[in-house]
Amino acid sequence: MKHTISLFLTLVAFWLLNSGHYSLLILSLGFASIALILVIAHKMDVVDHESQPIYLSRKIFGYYIWLIKEIIKANITVVKHIWLGEKSISPTLKAIKVSQKTDMGKVIYANSITLTPGTVAIDIVDNEITVHALLYKDIESLEIGEMDRRVTLLER
Amino acid sequence: MEIVITISSGFLLLVGSFLCISGGIGLLRFPDFYTRMHAVGVTDTLGAGMILAGLMILSTDFLVFAKLVMILLFTLLIGPTTSHVLAKAAFHNGVIPKGSNNLKQTKEKESTSSII
Repeated sequence: MKHTISLFLTLVAFWLLNSGHYSLLILSLGFASIALILVIAHKMDVVDHESQPIYLSRKIFGYYIWLIKEIIKANITVVKHIWLGEKSISPTLKAIKVSQKTDMGKVIYANSITLTPGTVAIDIVDNEITVHALLYKDIESLEIGEMDRRVTLLER
Repeated sequence: MEIVITISSGFLLLVGSFLCISGGIGLLRFPDFYTRMHAVGVTDTLGAGMILAGLMILSTDFLVFAKLVMILLFTLLIGPTTSHVLAKAAFHNGVIPKGSNNLKQTKEKESTSSII
């Protein structure tokens, strides 16, 4: 039930912010389309803790702030190496262990790796993510596991 | 106040454009598929982010602001997903990354896991 309410509120906010028209006719058409989407989503059986991860919402903002800081740092490094040229990079491919138990945790971790410039998650098999990095030291800092630890904290 | 907004938005737009151009230059300069993808990563995270932030500062209408925030959020969700799909497709079809020392182990693991 709470997942349905969460989806409903998300859709209402999305519709209102995109529309900007508040006449009764338009509002009721919007409400009808939202109701239709809720019915379809229920028939497809996709309204669950995976599509509406409410339990994350308390901690996720702190993580985002930390992630934005990391992204800015990584951007500066990559831009520096773009201008330094081909000689200065050390591309590496390596499998990295993950400590997350749930699929959601693994997805957040892999997506954070890819979102940070300089590292791309290529594949995930059981508890290992294959990562390609522009610099060897990016792989080293992933192995130290700061990001991994923070994502694992989100799961609880 | 007006002048502060104009200058800070101009600064953000300028830095964002510089990052986007850097991403493009990296795309031309780097040696292989995977390293080029890292260069593009700059364009779609901080490059796009700073340009959108610059526009957000300029926007006077709340709805315009909200739409720019939405564009930013969707870019940040879609960017890594498509990068990952590209990388995975390339890797599984045998595009070998340049200069990777542990390639052999990973490839072996790859083949065993796909048999299972």
